Amino acid sequence: MKHLTPINHKATRIEVVTSSEAARPEGAAKDVVALQGPPQQPEPPHIPNGCSLVFAPGWEADRNGGTAGLCQPVERDLFDCHMGCFWPAQVPDQLNHAPDWTAKCAAAQKDWRKIDLIFPDEKKK
Amino acid sequence: MSHLGLREFHSFEAAGRRFLYLVPSAAVFALDDCSSAILDSLSSGPRPAAEVASELAERFDAVEVSDTIAELQRVRAIADTAIPAQPLPKIFPLKPVPLQTLVVNVTNQCNLACTYCYEYGEDKIVDTENGKQPKFMSEETARESVEFALRESRDNPRAHITFFGGETLMNFPVLKATIAYARRRAAEAGKEIDFSLTTNATLLRPDVIEFLAEERVGVTISIDGPEEMQDKFRVFNNGAGSYAMAAPKIKALLARHRSRPIGARVTLTRQTLDVRKIYRHLTEELGFWEVGFAPVTTAPGRDYAIADRGFDHLLSQFRDLAGDFLEAALHNRHHGFSNIRETLQELHHGHAKAYPCGAGIGLMGVSTDGEVALCHRFAGSADHNFGNVRDGVSFDKQQEFLQSHHIAGKTDCSTCWARPICAGGCYHEAHTRYGSTNRPNLHYCEWIRGWTHTCLEIYGEIAQRNPDFLRQFDDEEVPEKVS
Repeated sequence: MKHLTPINHKATRIEVVTSSEAARPEGAAKDVVALQGPPQQPEPPHIPNGCSLVFAPGWEADRNGGTAGLCQPVERDLFDCHMGCFWPAQVPDQLNHAPDWTAKCAAAQKDWRKIDLIFPDEKKK
Repeated sequence: MSHLGLREFHSFEAAGRRFLYLVPSAAVFALDDCSSAILDSLSSGPRPAAEVASELAERFDAVEVSDTIAELQRVRAIADTAIPAQPLPKIFPLKPVPLQTLVVNVTNQCNLACTYCYEYGEDKIVDTENGKQPKFMSEETARESVEFALRESRDNPRAHITFFGGETLMNFPVLKATIAYARRRAAEAGKEIDFSLTTNATLLRPDVIEFLAEERVGVTISIDGPEEMQDKFRVFNNGAGSYAMAAPKIKALLARHRSRPIGARVTLTRQTLDVRKIYRHLTEELGFWEVGFAPVTTAPGRDYAIADRGFDHLLSQFRDLAGDFLEAALHNRHHGFSNIRETLQELHHGHAKAYPCGAGIGLMGVSTDGEVALCHRFAGSADHNFGNVRDGVSFDKQQEFLQSHHIAGKTDCSTCWARPICAGGCYHEAHTRYGSTNRPNLHYCEWIRGWTHTCLEIYGEIAQRNPDFLRQFDDEEVPEKVS
């Protein structure tokens, strides 16, 4: 860095840790970063909360191949897919046809059994 | 259009330069003219980068400005306002942390009756007179404490035991036997062990001094200053002052005990706030290597409590003494003002604390009956108990404590720039003031910010004018101060 001079140890460490990102040519694509593990880079690319890359455990399966130790509860999948990011999951259209679809489900992790089933309204047709 | 805005930092000047103390990273950077101008330009509110560049066009060219903006963004001094600041992750140890210091209260009795004492005075937590604890720790419990300290030090090659009281030396026989036992057991376990103690100096007989010097026991003396100040609160039961008895013994100790630096620990009260005079007396007339000051811990409204204006006065006194320290540091001379040394050490590393001190993590206190508590100031208190030296401590309880005392939970601190170094302040002080250990000590915020600012200025001056002096702080291993 030319304009800022690191004085204490932490400042030196910040300079070292951020140096790879700073060396990236302007306009070049950002590196892909996994969910965990140093060195954390500043301004990582947008990764929807809870998704993970296929090689990183914690979402589809935990480190033992089961679902008990996921970093997010599996039930969140439903909500994250339907609200947070695009994913071709079949969830009801909450904007137009089923506004109360999740009304009884305050916390997906606990209440997912209360989510209503939605059937086409025959009368309206 | 994206706007640039300021992130959290505290700026200060030293040796004609401007510096930033970044929050929450606790990094210190020196600025040049361009970076300083950019921060000034953003101080009135967020603006697009192009606007900043055009405002500064007369003084700096556009490439220089955009390079500098990139650097300021890189250290998170400024950021795109559309990107929310990330809250610090709340990280807890997943397995027990090695114990660095065990404070062993070998007795809860004292031959003095200092009015402000947190163990005996009006604000005491544990009833040491009529409580369930024995007045003196037995040799057996002391041995179990040694075993506990060695066991809990886990992978650490070193263990440290601090003997505390009451008046520590009232249980000298147990202390002596315990040190011998601990040395033997540490050698068997392949560990180093060292010892320190705190005493009021009145019981420093020649044989005690000889023993402490031989065994390289670190000694901290509680003393409040010259005779008239010492004798205001540090009195015997009959009200007689203790200076006349303590001073010659301190001189004898300092003359003989050369194997470890010997420090004085001063309790400041409303009536004894002349920091410079106290410092001069203790170093020049008595010969202490270093002197540390701490405002008395008390509920508000006590006669000796330091009120708001007292803290202002205290700050100006600390600043004066810090100035003396700086003079000495620039000429590579020793200066024994230990408060500033401790803060400089922390600033030099850039520690960003999640907890104000090591209590309940790397430091715990043992009461005379072997119960282990948060720290020595809570020794014997059932509400702050983690277990005992025989059966060990409960990791669950420790976790629970860490969860509820993390800086992220102290809402009052969330906007304070000094939080990386203060983290809410002493648990015991908070308990005495507000009745709860997890409350931040709001009564001395201004003082902490003022003092941290002074220490930053001193740090900047030294970093610019005599950076080699700071090398002594490179070492990470600093045992927790017990007072």
